[in-house]
Amino acid sequence: MLGESQAKQITDRVLALSKSGQAEVLLWAADSALTRFANNVIHQNVAETNTGITVRVALGRRVGVALTNDVTDAGLARVVERAAELAKLQPENPEFPGFPEPQPIAPARGFDEAAAAVTPEGRARAVGEICRQSREAGTLAAGAFSTGAQEIAVANSHGVFCYHAGTACDLQAAAIAESGGNGYAQVTSWKLNDTLHSVESVGREAVAKAVHARNPQPLEPGVFTVVLEPYAALDLLDMLNYVGMSAQAVQEERSWMNDRIGQQVMSPSVTIIDDGHDEAGYPLPFDFEGVPKQKVVLVENGVPRGPVYDTTTAHKEGKPSTGHALPPPNTFGPLALNLVMSPGTATIEEMIRSTERGLYITRFWYTRVVHPRDCVITGMTRDGTFLIEHGELTKPVKNLRFTQGYVPALTQVDLIGHEARTLAGNDFGASRVPALKLREFSFTGATQ
Amino acid sequence: MKESIERALNVAQLKGATYADVRLVHHEDESINVKNGVVEALGHGEDQGFGVRVIADGAWGFASSAVLTIAEVERVAALAVHIAKASALFKTEEVDIGPPVVSRGEYHTPIATDPFLVPLERKIETLFKADALMRKATGVKVASGSMTFIRERKTFASTEGSWVEQEIVESGCGLTATAVGEGEVQVRSYPNAFGRHQMTRGYEFIDEMDLPGNAERVGAEADALLHADKCPSGVMTVIIGGPQLALQVHESCGHPIELDRVFGSEASYAGTSFLTTEKLDTFHYGSPVVNLTADSITPGGLGTFGWDDEGVPAQSTPIVREGLFMGYLMSRETARKIGRTSNGCMRASGWNRIPIVRMVNVGLEPGTWKLEDLIADTDDGIYLDMNRSWSIDDRRLNFQFGTEVAYEIKGGKLGRLLKNAIYTGITPEFWGSCDAVCNRDHWVVWGTPNCGKGQPMQVAHTGHGAAPARFRNIQVRGA
Repeated sequence: MLGESQAKQITDRVLALSKSGQAEVLLWAADSALTRFANNVIHQNVAETNTGITVRVALGRRVGVALTNDVTDAGLARVVERAAELAKLQPENPEFPGFPEPQPIAPARGFDEAAAAVTPEGRARAVGEICRQSREAGTLAAGAFSTGAQEIAVANSHGVFCYHAGTACDLQAAAIAESGGNGYAQVTSWKLNDTLHSVESVGREAVAKAVHARNPQPLEPGVFTVVLEPYAALDLLDMLNYVGMSAQAVQEERSWMNDRIGQQVMSPSVTIIDDGHDEAGYPLPFDFEGVPKQKVVLVENGVPRGPVYDTTTAHKEGKPSTGHALPPPNTFGPLALNLVMSPGTATIEEMIRSTERGLYITRFWYTRVVHPRDCVITGMTRDGTFLIEHGELTKPVKNLRFTQGYVPALTQVDLIGHEARTLAGNDFGASRVPALKLREFSFTGATQ
Repeated sequence: MKESIERALNVAQLKGATYADVRLVHHEDESINVKNGVVEALGHGEDQGFGVRVIADGAWGFASSAVLTIAEVERVAALAVHIAKASALFKTEEVDIGPPVVSRGEYHTPIATDPFLVPLERKIETLFKADALMRKATGVKVASGSMTFIRERKTFASTEGSWVEQEIVESGCGLTATAVGEGEVQVRSYPNAFGRHQMTRGYEFIDEMDLPGNAERVGAEADALLHADKCPSGVMTVIIGGPQLALQVHESCGHPIELDRVFGSEASYAGTSFLTTEKLDTFHYGSPVVNLTADSITPGGLGTFGWDDEGVPAQSTPIVREGLFMGYLMSRETARKIGRTSNGCMRASGWNRIPIVRMVNVGLEPGTWKLEDLIADTDDGIYLDMNRSWSIDDRRLNFQFGTEVAYEIKGGKLGRLLKNAIYTGITPEFWGSCDAVCNRDHWVVWGTPNCGKGQPMQVAHTGHGAAPARFRNIQVRGA
C-alpha cells in the first residue's frame, strides 16, 4: 500500500515534470491474490503487486496519453515526455473539453484492513471448506477466492487531487455432480468478514443445487416464464449498461435508450441507479478523471431517465459530467460501475409457487449482443436450470439458448426479489441485483 | 537482469521449491483510434515485471511484481513458495510435469519494418484518409479506424536449465463503419470484425491491408445494410467466409481442445469441453474434408513464437485429420495425464499471470475448391461473413453466430444483400456437414486479439487459418 501522502507525492512529481500545457495523472496501485480450485483441490494460486501511471498531456486541444508501471524518477520522466511527444504529433481534437476543475468529493468507505491482509492460508482454508462439502456430497467443486487492496489517485494541473483506497473479496464456487448436475454460488464484499461468514453457505448452495440438478432432461425451446436468480438477473443489468447506458452510445444513436428517454418502456417496478457511494457494493467516490460520482437514476419506475456522462460526452450536450469516465486512452465512453436494481418484496419461493409453468435459471453464460437498439441478447443457461410446473421445481433440464430483447423482457416483470445481492462482474466494480420473475422470455435452442 | 533471475530461482529452491521458473517481461504498445475525423485516443504504454512460478510440497504457487529490485525478487520468490505450500494443504496428488525440458536460445518475430519507427503522422494520415472515405456514405453515423502495435521482450528461465529470450512484435489495424437509420444499427468492418485484424508482423502488414483502398466500400456496405432485406429463416446450405470461419474454428474447435478445460480447470468460469479424453483418436469431429491443425510456427500468426511460457519449443500438432479427432492443446502437466508430451501451448498474457493452456494458431487446413467454383456449385444457399455476435455453451457444443453481411446464392450466383443473419448448430453436427473447403489461394491466418480465459482474466492473442467453406443443412435465421 502506498497511502494517500505517498500517492500525492508521486502525482505531484508527475505534474511537476510536465512543463507545458495541461497535464493529468491517474495512479493506481494493487496488491491482489487469487486462489483457484477445481476437482476439489487448489490448482492455481497467484499473487500480484503492481502500480500504474497514466499521464494525459494536453497541448491546446492536442492530447497524448502514455502509460507505465515504472514509478522510478526516470520512469516518471519518460512517461511524461512520451505523453507530451504524442500530443505534439497529432492534430487538434475539437471535441476535447479540457481537464476537469476541482470539485468537492465526499469520501466513501470501502477499505477493510483484514481484507487487505488475507494470507494464502486464509484463502486456502475458505476454499478447503467448500472442497470438503463437495467431497462429502460426491461432487467436484471449482471456483476462485480473490482478495486484494487497490488505491486510485487522480490529479491534474487545474488542482484536482483525489484518492481512494478500497478492498475487494469475491468468492465464486461451482459444483459438478454426476450425470450433468451443476450448481453455482457467489458472494462479493469489500469486507473480509462478510465473505468468510458466507463460505459455508456458498458451498452449501452450490453443492445442493448440483445434486438437485443431476440427470437434466431435454426440453423443447419456446417462450417461458422465468425465475432468474440474481446471478442470471445480473446479466440483464450488465448488458443494458454495456449496450446503452453510456452517453456515448446515446450520442451515436446505437443505444436502447435512444427514442425511449422519458417513456414508459419497462414495468413500473423497475428502477436502476448508479451510486458510487453505495457501501453495499464496491464504493468509488470519483471517476478516472477525478470528477465526483453523482448518484444517477438511469431507469425510474420503468422510465429511462438518461445515461451516465464523462467530461467529453457531457461537454457535447453542455451538461456537467456525472463522474463516470473510464481510464484513458478510452474509446468506449463513460460507464456505470456501481449499478443497483431496486429490490421488490418477493422471495424466490414465492416466485416459484406463483408460476404455473416456467424455468428457474441460476446463471446466464456467454451473452452477446444480437441487436443493440432493443438490447437483443443471445446466451446460454448454465449451472442449474429447472422446469417449474404447478408452483414447484419438477425436474432439471438441459441448458437452453435464449435470444431475447432485454428491454422487452423488463416490460414483463411479475415479481422482484426482496434482496439485492452484491455481485462482482468480470471487469471493474460490483452491482447489486435482486432475483426477477419475468412473464415471457424466449428460448431459441437447446444443447446436448 | 541475469542476476535477478538467478536470484529468484535460487531463493525459490532454498525455500523449498522442487521446480521454479521465472519470466521477466517488458511490454510496449502503441494504439491510435480515429473516429469521425478526430483522433479519439492515442496512447503509448510500457509495462514490465516478473513472475515466479514454483512447485513446492507438490503444489503450484505463483507470485509477481513490477518492482525489479533484488530485495523484491527475493520477497516474491519466497512468496511464491509460501503460496505453493498453502495450495498443498488440500492436495490429493503431487503435481507432475514429466521429464525436464531444457531449452536455450533466442527468437525474434521476423519483420520488415519496425512499426514503432514509423512516424506517427503517417499512421494518423492513413487512418484519416480511410475515415473520410467511410463517411462518404450518407447513413454512416460513426466511422472509426485503429492501429495497434505491440513489442514484448521476455526472458524465461527455469531450475531445469532453460533460458530463452524472445521478442514478439504484433501489428494490427481495422476500420468500422456504423450506419444508423430505419430503426437499425448496421456495422461493416475491414479486414476483420471487432476493431482489427492483427498479426505477428511489422508495419508492412498495415501497408498490405490498404485501409484507404477499402474504406469507401466498407462505408457503402454499412449504408446498404440499412436498406437490405432481412435474411430468411430456414434450414439451408451456407458458405461461410474466412474471417467468420476463423472465429467458428476458435470457438468450436480451439477452446474444446484445451486439455485443461477437459480436466475441469476452468469449470467454474470459461467452462469445460465435450471433447473428453476417451474421444481421442476415436471421435468423428467433422466430415472427411475437415482437417484442423494447431501450430506455433506459421509465419505471421498471432500464436507464432519460439517457445511457450514453459520453455517448450514451437511446433505443429494435428488436431483433426479427415474428420477424426486426434490431438489437444497441452501443457507439460496436462499432457502427462494422458501419456503424451506437451505441444507447447502454455501462454501467459503478461508477467503478472501464470501460463495456462491457450490456443496457438488453430486452423482449418485449406481444401481444393476455388471460391467462384464453390459458389457456382451451390444452387440455393446463403453466403455469410464477418462476425457480429458470437455465443457458445460452456461445453462448446451449442453455438449461435450473427454475421455483418449475408448474400443470397441462387443458381450458382451471389445475389441480393441480406441483413441480420444468424446461424446456429451443434459443433460436431456442424463440422460433419462440411462438404467443401476452399484452397490455399483463399486461406488467411486471421488474428483474434481478444480471447478471454482464466481467473484473474487473461486476454490471449491467437491465430486461425481459414478459407471459405460450405456446410449443408444449417439452421439460419433473420434476427
